[in-house]
Amino acid sequence: MPADGHLERLKREGRIVVVGASLAGLRAAETLREEGFAGTLTMVGDEPYEPYDRPPLSKGVLLSRTTADHTALPRRRNLDADWRLGIAATGLDMAAKRVRLADGEEIEYDRLLIATGVRARPWPHEREAELDGVFVLRTRDDATALQKRLADGPRRVFVIGAGFTGSEIASACREREISVTVAERGAAPLVGALGGVVGEVAAQLQRENGVDLRTGVMVTGLEGDSAGRVRSAHLSDGSSVETDVVVVSLGATRNTEWLAGSGLGAGPRGIACDAGCRAFDIRGIVTDDIFVAGDVARSPHPLFGYQFLSLEHWGNAVSQAETAAHNMLCESVDRRPHMWVPAFWSSQFGVNIKSVGVPSMGTEILISQGSLAERRFVGVYGYQDRVIGAVTFDQARWLPFYEHLIETTAPFPPPFPTVDRRPEGARPVPADFPDPSVPTHGPTVTLSGYSPADRRMTFTPGRH
Amino acid sequence: MVRVVVDLNRCQGYAQCAFLAPDVFEMHGEEALLYKPRPDEAHRDDVVRAVAACPVQAILMDRSDETVTVGEASDAR
Amino acid sequence: MTQGSLLRQILEYENRHDPYPLYAELRKTPVLNDGDGAYVVSTYHEILSLLHDPRVSSDARNMTRAAGPDLQQQEEETALPPSFIRLDPPEHDRLRRMTNTSFGPPHEPRRVHEMRGELGGIVSDLIAGIGSTDRIDLVEEFSYPFPVTVICRLLGVPREDESRFHGWADTLAASLDPMPGEDATERNKIAQKARTELGMYLAGLIEERRRNPQEDMLSELATLKGPDGSMTTMELLSTAALLLIAGHETTVNLITNGMLTLLRNPDVLRRLREDPGLSVPLVEELLRFEPPVQLVPNRTTLADIEIAGVTIPKGASLWLVVAAGNRDPLRFKDPDRFDPDREDIEHLGFGSGVHSCFGAPLARQEAQIALSELARRLVNPRLLEDPPEYRRNAVLRGPRHLPIACDDIMP
Repeated sequence: MPADGHLERLKREGRIVVVGASLAGLRAAETLREEGFAGTLTMVGDEPYEPYDRPPLSKGVLLSRTTADHTALPRRRNLDADWRLGIAATGLDMAAKRVRLADGEEIEYDRLLIATGVRARPWPHEREAELDGVFVLRTRDDATALQKRLADGPRRVFVIGAGFTGSEIASACREREISVTVAERGAAPLVGALGGVVGEVAAQLQRENGVDLRTGVMVTGLEGDSAGRVRSAHLSDGSSVETDVVVVSLGATRNTEWLAGSGLGAGPRGIACDAGCRAFDIRGIVTDDIFVAGDVARSPHPLFGYQFLSLEHWGNAVSQAETAAHNMLCESVDRRPHMWVPAFWSSQFGVNIKSVGVPSMGTEILISQGSLAERRFVGVYGYQDRVIGAVTFDQARWLPFYEHLIETTAPFPPPFPTVDRRPEGARPVPADFPDPSVPTHGPTVTLSGYSPADRRMTFTPGRH
Repeated sequence: MVRVVVDLNRCQGYAQCAFLAPDVFEMHGEEALLYKPRPDEAHRDDVVRAVAACPVQAILMDRSDETVTVGEASDAR
Repeated sequence: MTQGSLLRQILEYENRHDPYPLYAELRKTPVLNDGDGAYVVSTYHEILSLLHDPRVSSDARNMTRAAGPDLQQQEEETALPPSFIRLDPPEHDRLRRMTNTSFGPPHEPRRVHEMRGELGGIVSDLIAGIGSTDRIDLVEEFSYPFPVTVICRLLGVPREDESRFHGWADTLAASLDPMPGEDATERNKIAQKARTELGMYLAGLIEERRRNPQEDMLSELATLKGPDGSMTTMELLSTAALLLIAGHETTVNLITNGMLTLLRNPDVLRRLREDPGLSVPLVEELLRFEPPVQLVPNRTTLADIEIAGVTIPKGASLWLVVAAGNRDPLRFKDPDRFDPDREDIEHLGFGSGVHSCFGAPLARQEAQIALSELARRLVNPRLLEDPPEYRRNAVLRGPRHLPIACDDIMP
């Protein structure tokens, strides 16, 4: 079979193009070089910056502990890459194996990795969004602009949306002693990711720290003054809030428009790929030469009913990039599945919030350790009698234990006592998610093995 | 140039970095970590101590001096 | 060799100088029930997992099998309540948080870092005070007095009282060693007496500090009023006793084991002399290779725990042999080689999880400064005895004396 020779040639003198020069693109490029790729490596990024780290933008940068231009990511190794920074990819010709760039250049590839990520969802009313003082927070430039405005000492900041980013922005404002109002459509902050029980704790945290939190309301409009500066926000309950800064924190949109018409299975929900990170085309056939990683990817996860998960998580970007890069350079039998257990963190109001698994699939929650009232606790989420996720508030050292329960599809509620079990941990309560997803039944998969490097998959029959 | 990133999924708040390199790493509350992703050269030795001491080896320091020059976009110094 | 006898051998003094072949034997059964009730865990992943398992308790009151009744009795009779090392959350977390307010971030972020100069000064004085270079007992002349001076200054305990609390600390350290199947009553009595006497000694000091606060941890802890409230006098005494003993009985072994290992690896010693920065990764490797705390003997299970194909029953006594886990070939490549360049170094030398070593950053700095200065200043150092004479303790393991010689001492 000539495939061996083909792979050798690819590694020696092939052309690999990585579209997306952020965390996933960078880690993929490093892995390609680590695994012996000696050919031409081209890195395409629409922002004119070296790969940088986004989590500090809503924390250390807004607190002025650092600046946004200091967030460039460290490198694990030299990349010897051709960089096309500040130039967006605008099209893909799958047959000719070419990526088109905004400046008209076309780059040929033997293997393509797409890691174009997501962008902040803008305020839907264009004229209101253009008012001076209206921000989103996703990029380095966004953060620089917002940091500058916070440093000017605004009278009030108005945050639309109390997800993680919105809550972190509110936290930074309060730490800087800036008045802040947060408007959230749901019943509590973080409710979409962690449910109402934990959301209530997040709401108390905000209020105790002086946030003017308005829940169950929508923002109906932003009003500017004659100079085009934002002046107030109008809410669905008829009230309005005077403010000179508005931060729109309504989640993200996947950067897939440049693939329209290419024939790749890309859309608003992301780019579908198999567990080995190979992209599907629009016919549902997996491609051999196009791989996907990071926030823009949707891939099936064996632990969660093989649902296609798209995860806007830092750790997912790193892990998926490494898997994709590995798989780009090897035979099908040597490919690895991307089986990363979802995990994320947020810090706000001096509390470290961490999570593993997929809490939002959970229907019930058990406070297995600590206490909600003390803001130090472990919450375990259950779905169909198994542990599906966990969250900790300032209790991170216990999280690996719960990750193991998720990986082994352990029963819920966990049938054992633990240290620091309180009366509230006697039995589970409804997790109170606003819009519970209803995944399919079927066989479940458990992960086992000594280390993440040698996990084996074992099929076990589904419980339903 | 010193560049640093912490894998905060791995981080469990042992605070060794904040003890050993207090000008770079800071505990924000009991468990959350704030850090300067581009510490001053003067703190390089402290950062090296922090990287070594991290019980979960979550801190990555640059292993490459490579920088990209993108005209005015370059953020190399 | 029966399984029971393997454990006994590890605890036997004649094997103290090199327990590692026995640990290798132990790892063949990752979770070993020795027949006396204790479950001995010796492989890296299993130990790490149990250190993060909320079904594992550090509170002796939960120990219902094996050594349980004795320990329970000990806790009831003793004058001092258990220190946070022998408590579970939330009590453990509360006391540790309060203690940390006078030691580390977020409240005292610079205290340990700013001790570097002072540590260097103490090291310098001790090396200057070394008598004859023909025969130096490194333990007596350096690695014992150094951390003791440091912990005394940090806590605010008069260094000149050292002869009084040295004995209590040694007795309490020895009482950590498990004695499977033996009647521990007499030993427990002696340990209780030491603990009580140490408590009474500290009570006097704390009373004095309350009246006349100084810039030391005892004063700060005695006058603490924070979000967690204040420590009761009893809590304060237990905590102070814990810190004083830990400062006495662990870092001494880290430094002595370090110098012994360096003298056995002259190439590394030469490199350290030329590059003091090597002390940073070297100390981490040392914590893997020769950890001063060899095993964690005081945990128990709140529920049946299945691990490595074994069900550890509820209430069982657990020994986590971290020194064996640190040499587990399933985790570390070429584990019996001392390699300061090792990149993969997530050792268990300071434990892991909520009970991970409180004094770790201080111990790291002490060992880094001590070893790099010894390497720089002792000219042509050599071991006079190998192996040296060890202390009896199996848990807090290290040489009692380390006789060395050198040609000269550099300024």
